[in-house]
Amino acid sequence: MDNIILEMRSITKTFPGVRALDNVSFKVSEGEIHALVGENGAGKSTLMKVLSGVYPAGTYEGEIHYDGEVRRFSTISDSEELGIIIIHQELALVPLLSIAENIFLGNEIAQNGVIHWPQTFARTQELLKKVGLSESPSTLITDIGVGKQQLVEIAKALSKKVRLLILDEPTASLNETDSDALLKLLMEFRKQGMTSIIISHKLNEIKKVADKITILRDGGTVETLDCHKEDISEDRIIKGMVGRDMDDRYPPREPKIGETLLEVKNWNVFHQHHRDRQFLHDVNFTVRAGEVVGIAGLMGAGRTETAMSLFGKSWGHKITGDVYMRGKPVDVSTIPKAIDAGLAYVTEDRKHLGLVLMNNIKENTTLSNLGAVSSNGIIDDRKEAKVATDYRSKLHIRSHSIYQETVNLSGGNQQKVVLSKWLFTNPEVLILDEPTRGIDVGAKFEIYTIINQLAAEGKGILMISSEMPELLGTCDRIYVMNEGRIVAELSKEEASQESIMRAIMRSGEKH
Amino acid sequence: MVADTSAPAAKPSIADYLKNNIREYGLLVALVVIMVFFQIVTNGVLFRPVNITNLVLQNSFIVIMALGMLLIIVAGHIDLSVGSIVAFIGAISAIMLVKWGLPAIVVVPACLIVGGIMGAAQGYWVAYQKIPAFIVTLAGMLVFRGMTYVVLGGRPIGPFPKEFQILSTGFVPDFLSFLNPAPETIKNMVALVAVVILVALAIWSGFRNRRINEMHGSENEPFVFFALQMAVITVVALFIGFQLSTYRGLPNVLVVMGVLIALYSFVTTRSTVGRRIYAMGGNEKAAKLSGINTERLTFYTFANMGVLAALAGMIITARLNSATPKAGVGFELDVIAACFIGGASASGGVGKITGAVIGAFIMGVMNNGMSIMGIGIDYQQLIKGLVLLAAVFFDVYNKNKG
Repeated sequence: MDNIILEMRSITKTFPGVRALDNVSFKVSEGEIHALVGENGAGKSTLMKVLSGVYPAGTYEGEIHYDGEVRRFSTISDSEELGIIIIHQELALVPLLSIAENIFLGNEIAQNGVIHWPQTFARTQELLKKVGLSESPSTLITDIGVGKQQLVEIAKALSKKVRLLILDEPTASLNETDSDALLKLLMEFRKQGMTSIIISHKLNEIKKVADKITILRDGGTVETLDCHKEDISEDRIIKGMVGRDMDDRYPPREPKIGETLLEVKNWNVFHQHHRDRQFLHDVNFTVRAGEVVGIAGLMGAGRTETAMSLFGKSWGHKITGDVYMRGKPVDVSTIPKAIDAGLAYVTEDRKHLGLVLMNNIKENTTLSNLGAVSSNGIIDDRKEAKVATDYRSKLHIRSHSIYQETVNLSGGNQQKVVLSKWLFTNPEVLILDEPTRGIDVGAKFEIYTIINQLAAEGKGILMISSEMPELLGTCDRIYVMNEGRIVAELSKEEASQESIMRAIMRSGEKH
Repeated sequence: MVADTSAPAAKPSIADYLKNNIREYGLLVALVVIMVFFQIVTNGVLFRPVNITNLVLQNSFIVIMALGMLLIIVAGHIDLSVGSIVAFIGAISAIMLVKWGLPAIVVVPACLIVGGIMGAAQGYWVAYQKIPAFIVTLAGMLVFRGMTYVVLGGRPIGPFPKEFQILSTGFVPDFLSFLNPAPETIKNMVALVAVVILVALAIWSGFRNRRINEMHGSENEPFVFFALQMAVITVVALFIGFQLSTYRGLPNVLVVMGVLIALYSFVTTRSTVGRRIYAMGGNEKAAKLSGINTERLTFYTFANMGVLAALAGMIITARLNSATPKAGVGFELDVIAACFIGGASASGGVGKITGAVIGAFIMGVMNNGMSIMGIGIDYQQLIKGLVLLAAVFFDVYNKNKG
């Protein structure tokens, strides 16, 4: 067990103005699952990029020992040749090619440039069996879910004779069933002697599979914990990550619930692309002033689709149903109308749908309500700068100024900019779709605090989340969705991970 | 992983500043270097008053179209049809003026409206039917060219009435001649006074901006650069103004062009419409979800391009004094090249009016300089192509290094 396969010694990597890694040491034994944790910006991905040769030898200080020898990788293919395969957070699959084509992309089974299809398909089938995916090799990537795509990535890694598999946030976009399947697969690989490094924010998962946990903080190694020697609690890991105890991951709140703000009745929506398929069935819900309402459910349950169809018909077609704001019917058929009605929608995908990454904080903050900082179509620079400065300090956005491009901000700070944008439209009800996805523990706490403040100011919050503890920790009431229907409404007292899962499972049996 | 942004950034040094803004200064430096180069190799012909006037007349339409094209490129699209719109507008202006004998005062606005409709017609397909602009405007390029042949019956029409030609060959009359201290050298006092006033305005607004920035704690460029830039602009502007004043003064086209440049700079930097176009080009989905009517914005961007192409079409037709079916062939490429040399990004969201204008002048000075040197059209094309590639490579190289 204690055969060291990888040792990274005193790795230091600097970017202009920033020391991303400072004297980091990292040791992995053969055949273990080693978790790498830390807040966003702690240096996890940078360390893995150094290891895989994305940052070639010479651009960092320190040594990499792999398989007993010092290695100097200058490209990714150098490290792949030795069986170090990294699967990035954003999957690198070509959507319109088949599973088989993707698995052997750049590594085709071919003679003189002519692909040997029968052999390719046979090999693919073998690999898919290994990862437990029952799909035809000729299925297009775009036709399978994210969970299965992740498995295809792993199959691709296996095709390259992987010895050290690195997974960067593999379960970030997976639901619990898919995550479990993936983790089981990793444990299966461990039995066969493969080594894995897993980067994750989901501490419960890490606890489930990891043999060792290395914690990074601010570009340095804090400690390596051995899960077999002691019982490691989540709080213990968090303490290492943030450098302080975090007794309560959710800030306390005294709910002061007022009148009903938003009411949605008989919301029916057909699928955006499969036009004759009804996707949402008779969805009804309410959000009251000062209330945080959660929507729980598995991936594909229709939560995001509910929010987006409500917000200016941004998703789906043949949308029917009634929307009331403070008891009065409102028109939400276009996004500007929905904004006028007092709705705001913070998307789950802040990089692609939330921010204009190449624009700065100021420009993103005022984008939805430019009219408020301009007269006759001319922007008042001072007013705009003041608005952005105010939100920057109110939401504690960490940046050197409001003129910093949002692409250079960490996930948590990007999310705060998106929140600023929507707060500036002065909404009555905010729909937050996965507001803490991919955000580190410290920033999550800040987002929860902001949510509490908004509720205290009398706004209604509708929060969609795949992390059940988060919903349980922040919401006053939780709706459970499954297969396009609301299948349960649970009060704070009734809600628990078990009761939510039970509601989902029961509804699944009915259909 | 993103570099840690919570750390307070150190005050950027002058070298850092230069590195981060090398593109903008580089462009200005490139223009000056190219001008000086041709001034030397043409033995001073380039900056002769008559040649400066020519330079302006020859390039005004490229600059004017580059203003609209920049908006289209920033919005994430492209317009290949402008050369054909130029030809078609030339043709119908000829029909109206020469065949029907309508007055210019009617024809000019009518042509601008027709241009706007042509642009809008393409904008409709791009914005509302989601057909890629490359395809729509490629179709437009063929359709409008074909329409030009139909309208003209394949034959050139001319000459044009004087009142129409003034548009491109006229000069601002010298109503300030009584102030002229040296009538021997200075033939047109208005040109000189106008340039002096403009330079003074530019310096004043530069200082004013710096003061406002300081008040809001936003970054100013280091004073050295500000001063150098102002000095270069002042010297060049005064020199050109003086040269023009010794000839026939300010060409009307230069005035039109100057007003449009100022207008579009203002729209792109200060107006909500401009801001929304940049946001849309940077991330269309995010802009849409922020409540921006991206379809309508795209539609108007193309309509605007049509109007500017129509204006350019009339200027060219008036200058050539004849409407021909082959007018404007290949102009779209010069216009697009000017935008890209000026630093616009092919994927949208990035680009400046000043960049596009300087880009157009870099192309213009090279065209003019090489023609004076007697370099054939074959080599001119070759050299311009390489300059375009080099400019964009410079961009990409800087981005990767940064």
